[in-house]
Amino acid sequence: MKRFSTLPALNLIGIAALAVALLVLAPAVLDDFRLGNLAKYCCYAMVAVGIGLAWGRGGMLVLGQGMFFGLGAYVMAFHLKLEAAGPDAIPDFMMLYGNGTMPAWWEPFRSGAFTLFMVVALPATVSTLLGLAVFKRRIKGAYFAILSQALAVAFATLIISQIEVTGGFNGLSAFTSFFGYSLYDPINQRMIFFITAGLLVAMLLVAFQLYRSRFGELLIATRDAEERVRFLGHDPANIKLVAFVIAAVMAGIGGAMFVPIVGIVSPLDIDEVASIGLIAGVALGGRATLLGPAIGALAVGYAKTSLSETFPGSWTYFQGALFVLVILFLPGGLAQLPSYLGRLRPARKQKQVPALQAEGAA
Amino acid sequence: MNAQLDYVEIRDLTVEFDGFVAVDSVDLTLLQGRVHFLIGPNGAGKTTLVDAVTGLANASGLVRYGSTDLLGLKPHQVVRAGVGRTFQTATVFEQLTVLQNLDIAGGVHRKARSMMRARRGIPSYVEEALDAVGLVDLRDRPAGVLAHGQKQWLEIGMLLVQDAKVMLLDEPVAGMSAEEREETGELLRRIGTERTIAVIEHDMDFVRTFADVVTVMHAGKVLTEGTVAEIQANQKVQEVYLGRTVEGATHA
Ligand SMILES: Nc1ncnc2c1ncn2[C@@H]1O[C@H](COP(=O)(O)OP(=O)(O)OP(=O)(O)O)[C@@H](O)[C@H]1O
Ligand SMILES: [Mg+2]
Repeated sequence: MKRFSTLPALNLIGIAALAVALLVLAPAVLDDFRLGNLAKYCCYAMVAVGIGLAWGRGGMLVLGQGMFFGLGAYVMAFHLKLEAAGPDAIPDFMMLYGNGTMPAWWEPFRSGAFTLFMVVALPATVSTLLGLAVFKRRIKGAYFAILSQALAVAFATLIISQIEVTGGFNGLSAFTSFFGYSLYDPINQRMIFFITAGLLVAMLLVAFQLYRSRFGELLIATRDAEERVRFLGHDPANIKLVAFVIAAVMAGIGGAMFVPIVGIVSPLDIDEVASIGLIAGVALGGRATLLGPAIGALAVGYAKTSLSETFPGSWTYFQGALFVLVILFLPGGLAQLPSYLGRLRPARKQKQVPALQAEGAA
Repeated sequence: MNAQLDYVEIRDLTVEFDGFVAVDSVDLTLLQGRVHFLIGPNGAGKTTLVDAVTGLANASGLVRYGSTDLLGLKPHQVVRAGVGRTFQTATVFEQLTVLQNLDIAGGVHRKARSMMRARRGIPSYVEEALDAVGLVDLRDRPAGVLAHGQKQWLEIGMLLVQDAKVMLLDEPVAGMSAEEREETGELLRRIGTERTIAVIEHDMDFVRTFADVVTVMHAGKVLTEGTVAEIQANQKVQEVYLGRTVEGATHA
């Protein structure tokens, strides 16, 4: 039984190290602007943790997580728009694009509690309905991937078309405060960074527990041999559904935090290109590992900012190339690199045999 | 000892693939406490019969176990009704360890909430199964590295953990050495007293040694049923099955 605990312990140390780096180190060494950028990457990393769960562990290539990211983001943006407008007033863009009245369903988003509830409930509900429809029909593999991406496209198109309630292509922006705290105050921006980084660490802990749980084992079993799982007495659709919904909720929370940090959400943040961007980091970091997806997403976020500063407009190509290269040459992501390099050394084979024997004898 | 013996009653079972009748009005009764062998030449419909019973193939007729008709149930519902199976090509979860494979098979009996917790220690029923199938030394190895025969044992172990009252085993000793076959046969005998076990098998030596009852299938139909001696004396069986395999073997 001892051996079971080595990997979890390593993972916990990894989470702790990341927590220290984000919550102690980064605020100490980064200026407010860089810290704001890091907060944004943390939002992507939250989505990435969910993708790691759904794709890395569950085998569902979720190419459209931008949709759930968008659900959380727009729910939060609705609230922040109303906060900016002030009590009883309606958001500025509705005067501009609409007839100056606010639809009744916007009204509840004045409530912070309702908004927080919806940040979780909306992605959860949509993903549950979607998951039931898809997994019970045994849609999987490439079909599932295409479907999920098509939904992200459709969702972005819907947002664009409903300009009177969503701000259309320009999105929603010009927020002033976040649950009563001014967004212009650097202290509050730091607070938002801490909340975001804290949420990321919390999600890693959730993923950690899921991965070591019996459910985590069952999820891997479902990924590797879905039909066989039926003969354990489980409907694989339900197992996948749980992972898919958790991933959607993580994406939704990431999206919600993205809004006060970046100060704008538009269809470009949630469409198919954005979705690919979200998954590229996961592929790079190692989709089946616990920390790989989050670290990969942080790295890709950072690279995107840096490269866009140096070569504007080049990012999309770079991102596409990165995705293709990783999938082709490093399907396990950077986490796989040590063993990949190890395989190039012939000495390893001889070393491996006694190691395995020792394991068997233990 | 139970006063009432468990049994599975198969009546008029028919499976059709696009007009081709793979299983043709089969009547078969499996009884607890006797190891029931299902033999027949390749393509006789043995695997398809098991597929039909376990919800993998659409079938007409009746498969009664206890008070439920298994036909029409989904595979996972059949399992929950207490009927388990193994596959002709052993399928285990290669990335998981032997222990994890066994443990995961106990999921049917666990509450949803306990699924979210990590395993603490090894449950006694997993330990027993590990012991019964003789994989104690290999318990921390990934199942993917097991030899074919060991995978078959692991599958049987998983059925034990699953607490399947009915076990349908599709060629469990294929690829095993004589010694391993012997051990497997003994195992089936041991666990067979409290269970209803059907074994699909080609190896006649194995059948001779361990069968309590043998049903011979040919071209989707039941040709005959009886003890090994009766089967071997049967003219029709010699023609379609025994005769042909002997011939096939000499020609090969
Ligand atoms: N899904 C399917 N679609 C069409 N035909 C099938 C299908 N499954 C099985 N068959 C056919 O049904 C017949 C019975 O096959 P089955 O696998 O049940 O035979 P078997 O008795 O198990 O043979 P073996 O000893 O080779 O395992 C074969 O002719 C096979 O080709
Ligand atoms: Mg067969």
